[in-house]
Amino acid sequence: MSELKAKIRDVVEKEPVVVFMKGTPEWIACGNSGRALEALRSVGASAATVDILPDPQIRQELTALYGWPTVPQVFVQGELIGGADIVEQLAQSGELAPEIDKRLGEGTRKGGGERVVELVEGSGSAFRVVQ
Amino acid sequence: MLGQAFPDAVELDVLDRTGGGDHFHVLVVDPSFEGLSLLDQHRAVNEALADALEDGTIHELRITTRGAS
Repeated sequence: MSELKAKIRDVVEKEPVVVFMKGTPEWIACGNSGRALEALRSVGASAATVDILPDPQIRQELTALYGWPTVPQVFVQGELIGGADIVEQLAQSGELAPEIDKRLGEGTRKGGGERVVELVEGSGSAFRVVQ
Repeated sequence: MLGQAFPDAVELDVLDRTGGGDHFHVLVVDPSFEGLSLLDQHRAVNEALADALEDGTIHELRITTRGAS
């Protein structure tokens, strides 16, 4: 397994909620990534975000790992929930909050908000928080 | 592509969202989706369009799916 792939897997497994997206919450480079963040915010779920744009390899490895071809991708407790359409639909139908609670436990959704995780090639730790 | 993958679809619609031929919204209502999670429904659509997603023919894809009995 490549180093990058291992890091992606680490982030997915260690972060309770993670969104692989184009851009960052401050600088959303794609409407669909924005829709995914909005859906999570609407249920008060905090998320870590990973920008896939700096390195095309991130998307390739991500797709290879989880078999999902498009971005954004939302994971909860290491499991792919879906892309923007699915999380938006789940949020609208009221199923997103219980779906998250089922995996993370009740009381983990505390108002939302994101922090950016950067995948750093060659660093000692698996990933670092930059924001 | 979708027609071949979902021959029994009750509804099949493709919307070219920008008119540019690469941003699509597809609607698939298919009996085989009954009882499947949204994730698996979308996976089936992604698989049907895998080549076009892979080579960039489809730049952006929105998916709406429903089961039908």
